[in-house]
Amino acid sequence: MNADYVQDLLVEVRGLKMWFPIRRGVLQRRVGDVRAVDGVDFDIYRGETLGLVGESGCGKSTTGRALLQLYRPTEGSIKFGGRDLVKLPSEEMRRMRRQMQIIFQDPYASLNPRMTVGSIVGEPLEVHNIGSRAERLERVAELLGVVGLNPSFVSRYPHEFSGGQRQRIGIARALAVNPSFIVCDEPISALDVSIQAQVINLLEDLQATFGLTYLFIAHDLSVVRHIADRIAVMYLGKIMELAGRDELYRNPMHPYSQALLSAVPIPDPYIEEKRQRIILEGDVPSPADPPKGCHFCTRCPRVMDICVAQEPEFRDYGGGHHVACWLHP
Amino acid sequence: MSTLLEVNGLETRFYTQEGVVRAVNGISYHVDRGETLAIVGESGCGKSVGVLSLLRLIPQPPGRITGGEVLFGTNGDRRDLLQISEDEIRQVRGNRIGMIFQDPMTSLNPIRTIGYQVSETLMLHHHLGKAAARKRSAELLELVGIPQAAARLDDYPHQFSGGMRQRVMIAIGLSCNPALLIADEPTTALDVTIQAQITDLVKRLRDEIGMAIIWITHDLGIVAGLAHRVIVMYAGYIVEEGRVKDLYREPRHPYTIGLLESLPRLDEGRNKRLNSIEGFPPDLVNMPQGCPFAPRCRFKVDRCEHENPKLETAAPSHNVACWVDVTVHQPRETTPTGVR
Repeated sequence: MNADYVQDLLVEVRGLKMWFPIRRGVLQRRVGDVRAVDGVDFDIYRGETLGLVGESGCGKSTTGRALLQLYRPTEGSIKFGGRDLVKLPSEEMRRMRRQMQIIFQDPYASLNPRMTVGSIVGEPLEVHNIGSRAERLERVAELLGVVGLNPSFVSRYPHEFSGGQRQRIGIARALAVNPSFIVCDEPISALDVSIQAQVINLLEDLQATFGLTYLFIAHDLSVVRHIADRIAVMYLGKIMELAGRDELYRNPMHPYSQALLSAVPIPDPYIEEKRQRIILEGDVPSPADPPKGCHFCTRCPRVMDICVAQEPEFRDYGGGHHVACWLHP
Repeated sequence: MSTLLEVNGLETRFYTQEGVVRAVNGISYHVDRGETLAIVGESGCGKSVGVLSLLRLIPQPPGRITGGEVLFGTNGDRRDLLQISEDEIRQVRGNRIGMIFQDPMTSLNPIRTIGYQVSETLMLHHHLGKAAARKRSAELLELVGIPQAAARLDDYPHQFSGGMRQRVMIAIGLSCNPALLIADEPTTALDVTIQAQITDLVKRLRDEIGMAIIWITHDLGIVAGLAHRVIVMYAGYIVEEGRVKDLYREPRHPYTIGLLESLPRLDEGRNKRLNSIEGFPPDLVNMPQGCPFAPRCRFKVDRCEHENPKLETAAPSHNVACWVDVTVHQPRETTPTGVR
């Protein structure tokens, strides 16, 4: 971590909840809620990469989308550059989106197969009325060059590209409007190993060149360790632990972070031979009916009476290391 | 250890409208009894087609096994699986050779109970009666760690989570005490903590039952803690083969080196730049004339463009298909000189 961005807060999330109603019967009565995100607080500083990790269904993607107001949050506030996005009228929100973009996980599903690469990458410019037609074409060619694609590809269609190239198209589209903040929602999970490194390097280069801020969502802790400055660990709609990258890996305080880290295989047979794994029992409970106390209490190897009864507070233990766990009251 | 499976010159092609897809191009390898062999490679490298061909599970047409032999069994009882009759191969599938597939969501029949799907194999191959098969099914589900297994026999797949479904798949794969278990990316669709549960389970069962395993994956991380020996495939060829420790400590094929260098590692503190392999794998319809990896290779010499190297012994139990001896010039940035 460097100290430059400490003063410069870009995103401030407080008490964010995103519940999706479960409706049943002819009258579509609301019988419950899927609590995808159940009250999270975190900050993102200008120029940094915040990694958001967790297993499928933990609410990490929902958090990212709620940040961009692709969902209307159930509760809480999201301040971007000091303005609360939740309270913003939709026309103003639309204008705000020039500053915040997203790269999706699946490069096969997130590009319209009937649109040429040129119109895909140029669409955000059109939507936001940026430049004349000729200027847009020029900008599209420039963007393709920036992400390492041949600018002469503008009139080709997505199916003519490999997965890695498609992801580059998605990145070019996100860059089109010169955003300051990009949510990267598992941008490399669908790619082959040898291609993943190419895309990671590209994202790092772009960050250095354009001074971008990333929220990097992933389930792969090795990737997040590589790319993020700080890391938030999510479980069942809650952030369990948030700390600087090296601090989290050196000194994980939450039993879930510890288990998660120990489960990640290391590509070295000598190390694997000696490693002790914490194998978690059972599965993640349903987010429609999370446990009453700590959300992790049903699988925690160090569960105590208080964990089942009462939810621990998300507290700062100094140096920006936040944990929600009764082992550290 | 005695050899359980011996594959010689296996070749599989798909005849499509776009042309002939050369999916598997004359691969040879063996698996010993009780041994775990990992086959590593990216999508489209032929790793899945290669093992599906062993059991003749390739859709024909468009696919066709165009060459090679697959010798399975020990000394006296050794047969070529590509030559035996359809009835005979059905006696091998799911019985002597068990299988687990990648996606537990689609590999189980959604309208049959879990109990039925586990019993089915037992009734077919071991001629167990309904009650006996049901009892054995409950034991198997217990073995793979499904809580209150007996009570869950009448549940349907949708009532199980992803990790639990993969356990059911493993129970089915193991039901007939196979001598060989083929696991095709069994943990790819699962979360890391569940993946750790499953690999842990398979390792434990392997040591208890003593079966051999072919584990297909793209994840070099999992392989490190699981396999005895590793095969690396690229564009339908085996490019490197070796004992797991040799292969990770001293990879000898530029592709293997590239793969290992491009992996971000959990135990790596510094935020250094990843060494990526530029370009992408070749089109299997229009393969380059020489080595298929040559267009992406940083050790390339002239010969690589014209001649495809054969898999040859480079060190004890360590085979590699490359014209360049990558170990003789350290550091690796220098121009390759050690051409064989």
